[in-house]
Amino acid sequence: MSITTTRSRDVLGTSALRPDGIPKVKGSFEFSSDANDDSMAWGATLRSPYPSARIRSIDVSGALRIAGVHAVITAKDVPGKATYGLISQDQPVFASDVVRYMGEPVAAVAADHPETARRALSAIIVDYEVMKPLTDPEDAISGSHPPIHPDGNIFRHQRIIRGDQTIVGDVVVEDTYEIGMQDQAFLGLEAALARPLSGRGVELIVATQWLHEDRKQIADCLGLAEDDVFLTLGGVGGAFGAREDISLQVHCCLLALAIGRPVKMQYGREESFFGHVHRHPAKIWMRHHASKTGKILRIEARMVFDGGAYTSTSPAVLINGITHTQGPYTCDNATVDGYAVRTNNPPCGAMRGFGVVQACFAHESQMDKLAEACGLSPVEIRLRNAMKTGDPLITGQLVESVAPVARCITETDALPMPAPLSAPDALDLPGGSGLTTQSHHVVRGVGWGVSIKNLMYSEGFDDYSTARCTLVNGKVRLKFATSEVGQGFVTLAPQIARTILGVDVVEIEPMDTSVGSAGSTSASRQTWMSGGAVDGACRVVRERLFEHVGRVHGIDPIRLSISGTDVVDELAGFRISVADATEGIELTHTYEHHHRKTEDLDENGQGNCHVAFAFVAHRAVVDVDVELGLVKVVQIATAQDVGQVLNPLSVLGQIEGGIAQGLGLAIMEEIVIDNGIVKNPSFTDYLLPTALDAPDVVAVTIEEPEPQAPLGAKGVGEPPCISVTPAIVAAIRDATKRQLNRVPVRPYDICL
Amino acid sequence: MSENYSLSVNGKSLEVRDSWVGESLLYVLRQRLGLPGTKGACEQGECGSCTVLIDGNAVCSCLVMAATCTDSNITTVEGLSDGDALTDVQQAFVEAGGVQCGFCTPGLIVAVHNLLESNPSPSGLEVKEALSGNICRCTGYGRIFDAVQLVVSRRTGRTS
Repeated sequence: MSITTTRSRDVLGTSALRPDGIPKVKGSFEFSSDANDDSMAWGATLRSPYPSARIRSIDVSGALRIAGVHAVITAKDVPGKATYGLISQDQPVFASDVVRYMGEPVAAVAADHPETARRALSAIIVDYEVMKPLTDPEDAISGSHPPIHPDGNIFRHQRIIRGDQTIVGDVVVEDTYEIGMQDQAFLGLEAALARPLSGRGVELIVATQWLHEDRKQIADCLGLAEDDVFLTLGGVGGAFGAREDISLQVHCCLLALAIGRPVKMQYGREESFFGHVHRHPAKIWMRHHASKTGKILRIEARMVFDGGAYTSTSPAVLINGITHTQGPYTCDNATVDGYAVRTNNPPCGAMRGFGVVQACFAHESQMDKLAEACGLSPVEIRLRNAMKTGDPLITGQLVESVAPVARCITETDALPMPAPLSAPDALDLPGGSGLTTQSHHVVRGVGWGVSIKNLMYSEGFDDYSTARCTLVNGKVRLKFATSEVGQGFVTLAPQIARTILGVDVVEIEPMDTSVGSAGSTSASRQTWMSGGAVDGACRVVRERLFEHVGRVHGIDPIRLSISGTDVVDELAGFRISVADATEGIELTHTYEHHHRKTEDLDENGQGNCHVAFAFVAHRAVVDVDVELGLVKVVQIATAQDVGQVLNPLSVLGQIEGGIAQGLGLAIMEEIVIDNGIVKNPSFTDYLLPTALDAPDVVAVTIEEPEPQAPLGAKGVGEPPCISVTPAIVAAIRDATKRQLNRVPVRPYDICL
Repeated sequence: MSENYSLSVNGKSLEVRDSWVGESLLYVLRQRLGLPGTKGACEQGECGSCTVLIDGNAVCSCLVMAATCTDSNITTVEGLSDGDALTDVQQAFVEAGGVQCGFCTPGLIVAVHNLLESNPSPSGLEVKEALSGNICRCTGYGRIFDAVQLVVSRRTGRTS
């Protein structure tokens, strides 16, 4: 897509630049890890080395004897609720009787230097009675392993039963697919600074996705009222879902309150792998019934999501997974059985795509099988089944969102293919600078993936957002608690204010808990939800501005509008600049944006559980060294349904960034677990896409404004990373003619 | 915790007092010398967020003990430009959309300066090779490549 860099005013639709871009390139932007206090101590966490063990005793006396150690705290030092969690509060602040995953916190220390804190951790003696871990989700479902938590081993079981359960298609394809555990791997490691407030309470500067939800959970565990816990957003170095759950927040506040001094905590990379939830590994069986012409008649599926030791958002991830079984295709009959279960594996929760990534890998693999069985191309099978606006989902919900699925496919198909692989530079081959690949072993493949993704939260949850707009002397101040995690809401919000209020100078006040909740920066929801809140607040202020101008100048306010940076009455030829019109007055309004209500699913998985949907198609071209099993993704072509482009540069950044993460899941990223033990908690062993892995991205956006959305724009964050993964795997299958039912595809899956 | 030494950082001699000799250059820059622009994200030299120049060479400051750098000239992201001005590389990252969360950005800015110092007109593949030690999790690298090409075209007087 083309990027417009010339602009007169940074209003909606322009590639306005990030207001935090300059401090970020200079190194002066304050991330949460950059927050310091002259009198601070350093906190650190002791974690279990075992996935399942009984704690017989904890002896902290050795740690307390070390000079420079100020406090050691364990479960008995938690004054409030002993557990926390987003959906079910089943996760202990510190393990007391048993540990349920490798890396579970057992104690925390505060010391005068990070190295002293590390030595103190090694001086704490925990006597563990190691137990056999529950690591196979099927054992959790069958009940063959005793409950590893008082709440049992099943987080949620949900079926979807729709239509005729007996239909058998002329064409039937089925298989079982596996998705490995992916890490969000944000760059800015977990970090926070807690300061005890004089008198009562605590202040926390933290990188998070949802300040108000954090505050609720922190206050509960500290035994404080929410008003006694004040959170400010520290600069966030990426999130991708990993900051939706509590990590070090409660520990850091407890330590600060224990020693009566500020405490800084900062995870290293290894600890980060244990300190946040991951993408659920899943096993999905699917059977598609279709007519000879490739029309899907019925889908059967069974999905099992391994949620690890604690609930986090597993129940919601499961619902996203099973309700997206059909993908962006019509299907009247379905039988789906889904489980999210508890094991002694690392806890899993939110990651970009949230359950839909897993479902999509299965349904898109199935579509290719169906295409082959029906003698159709991957494009044709998808076009024949493409969903349209108004079609029912297998939940019975009608897709009221704009659903340009066919356009996504045809416009992707029309994008240029890369040049053929002739006389390539050795560095361009799959082996890269290792020079391991011989060009005659390289086979090119092409594959497709198309997806549907729900936007916002589901099942009756009212994830509203709040924003305050203040117009004074021709300038606007915006206040909201929306977490800026890199996605660019700080760019978008001023664009909205400039467009509606005709101002150029927009200041964003600090993001903290002194204003109402903005909900989470997740589920592709902030452009819609917080954008809607800023839009609503600005519109009310604009009405007040028109009333004021009308009063002062004797004009009926209904005649007034904004033109550029002026308030005008076009018919009367009246014009006054917004700056002049607001001199000496202050107009302010706080607005809450709520999306339409949704419903719970019934026992048959029927109900209007989702708010809205976005669609995207991906075509992948890969070169595979079939001898060595190496893959180079050459090009990703994509047409994405975005509703309306509000900032072309930001949209392209989301598309390219999401594609890189989906590429990671396709061919390299996996947290490897052996009997509950994490084998690769480091950037040396957990592989991430580098600049050399980045494919050429050819992207177009499909703009059909979404009537439900306040700005006509759908969220663009998640779709790019969803169907690119199956597209890449399909391309590898095309090159190798192998089944490849598991991601990430490993070299030995290809060449052994 | 009693080591005293001085480091030459961004053209200034800075005193490190009462330190532990095992501290990395990354830690000393960030926590002792008031230069938090250099970021740490892996402590293993894999991600490049902590890239600084030591005597003109791009180095992961997490892998270097600060106390071994007493005879070297260190340049951090804070030392690339004068005052409020941006370098052409910094300016291009802002304009091209090479910044999202920004955590990898300082390391990348230093790495790109280092690349263009030794290779003023790199090919696309040379840019990828040179930046492959700097992980960015947000952008997918596309806008970063654009930023580098923008700098090259401006330096060589070509229009992009």
